Amino acid sequence: MGMTMTQKILAKHAGVEAVRAGQLIEAKLDLVLGNDITTPVAITEFEKAGLTQVFDRDRIAIVLDHSTPCKDIKSAQLCAQARSFARRFDITHFYDVGQVGIEHALLPEKGLTAPGEVIIGADSHTCTYGALGAFSTGVGSTDMAAGMATGLAWFKVPAAIRVVLTGKLPPYVGGKDVVLHLIGLIGVDGALYQSLEFAGEGVAELTMDDRFTISNMAIEAGAKNGIFPVDEQTRAYLKDRVDRPWEAFEADPDAVYDREVVIDLSALRPTVALPHLPSNTRTVDEAAGMGVQQVVIGSCTNGRLKDLAEAAAILAGRKVRDGVRCIVIPATQQIYMDAMKAGYIETFITSGCAVSTPTCGPCLGGHMGVLADGERCVSTTNRNFVGRMGPVSSEIILASPAVAAASAVAGAIIDPASLS
Amino acid sequence: MKLYQYGDNVDTDVIIPARHLNDPDPKALASHCMEDIDPAFASTVEAGDIIVGGANFGCGSSREHAPLAIQSCGVKCVIARSFARIFYRNAINIGFPILECPEAVDGISAGDTVDVDFATGTITDETAGKSWQAAPFPAFIDGIIRSGGLLNSLKARGVAK
Repeated sequence: MGMTMTQKILAKHAGVEAVRAGQLIEAKLDLVLGNDITTPVAITEFEKAGLTQVFDRDRIAIVLDHSTPCKDIKSAQLCAQARSFARRFDITHFYDVGQVGIEHALLPEKGLTAPGEVIIGADSHTCTYGALGAFSTGVGSTDMAAGMATGLAWFKVPAAIRVVLTGKLPPYVGGKDVVLHLIGLIGVDGALYQSLEFAGEGVAELTMDDRFTISNMAIEAGAKNGIFPVDEQTRAYLKDRVDRPWEAFEADPDAVYDREVVIDLSALRPTVALPHLPSNTRTVDEAAGMGVQQVVIGSCTNGRLKDLAEAAAILAGRKVRDGVRCIVIPATQQIYMDAMKAGYIETFITSGCAVSTPTCGPCLGGHMGVLADGERCVSTTNRNFVGRMGPVSSEIILASPAVAAASAVAGAIIDPASLS
Repeated sequence: MKLYQYGDNVDTDVIIPARHLNDPDPKALASHCMEDIDPAFASTVEAGDIIVGGANFGCGSSREHAPLAIQSCGVKCVIARSFARIFYRNAINIGFPILECPEAVDGISAGDTVDVDFATGTITDETAGKSWQAAPFPAFIDGIIRSGGLLNSLKARGVAK
């Protein structure tokens, strides 16, 4: 029986010829990741268990991106704990304020993730690296502690949903619209315990930044991972970033999938998710006119250069409407500099946006854009759960950078194409 | 014991809102547990109480703080129709019992007295006089729980030092 792409990567890392869905395996890890919220809990567990060694200081990444620059004393203490652990074990890939970016934009940019690798991260959006043809998945802090100590993790081999992409993307439609549409189709637990394996001629239509956005939100459909085949675009992205050997895996022609979902890209409209679930999707036309008080453009989902370019194209020569706060957060320092050179940052500031250093801040209601009672935010982030960005009465509408930027100008949800 | 019943898609943001993640002390987490879905929970929950959830319980973030907060409240276990996968493995890894049993979720009514036998996976509703069988854990996972969590099991095997 054939294996999916995910199953082949897992079999290789478990040191076996073949695996089947449902099988429990222990796999070797290429990278173990944590952030400033999850790493301290992992360190506490690591120390409580009396562990004294890490498996490989070059294969651990600690990224202080969530509450940084530190929002309060307690967050500062957690960062200090992570900093001290990183020093104690001389962790190679430790990123602090000044170098830090949002982890899932930063790691691929630094070449720390490559096709065929197995990566766990104590952050649910670790599934982002599936865009590069890696198996990557979110885990908790105890898994992170165990991974740091042993370089191993246990997995239940997932079955898969094959997502076949066809057609070409219309204007103002990108990766965010594709993934929101998919989650709307299958639901927030539509891929529970499963892989989403993307395929079809439509894959070539998607830029790497689009693919990162799509793989990033696989978890919002309950998936274990969301993985793309490796193609010329992947190779071009990896060139000058990854100099170690890597292996591209392909699904067997007779791989077994639980189901197949076909998405015709050319039929998609800009898509949003209304409160309070990422699956509560509508086309921008159906949601048009809903008023907003805040707009957030950034995050591990949509804080990359293409996202900022889309937002800047909308905001150029226009103003953020009175009564709307528009916060733009480039996901890494490199993206920030590239956006500066391209003139996007000047466009944002001229149009009335606040531009921030890289941080996850507002996405999880941490800082840099917390909402008040009854306020509504259009956000390019990934979750619109109750209370995610503020009090339980506040609301989040998930959207693409183009829709978010256009809504900042209009003061309400609007189709970017209909902006005057 | 008391029952706390919730619907589908109870996410980790309502189990423990991110604004409280800056203090991962289990007691501090417990004091805010379920705050955004059930403000009375943290002040009324007692050791031995049971949470009954719907589908996709624990969806959202990877924060281990979520099962930790529930465990620190003294909750005996969570019974749900299904669990989000990261919550599922986090609960196992910290040795907190969770049971997947849609029939029990449908059969248990508010105010019922419920007991759980972890050795057999049997859920008994003493008020209704019914019992159900949750899917047993595979031996590998059962071994992690019996060792008192993942790190203990890895140490016992000698792979973590």
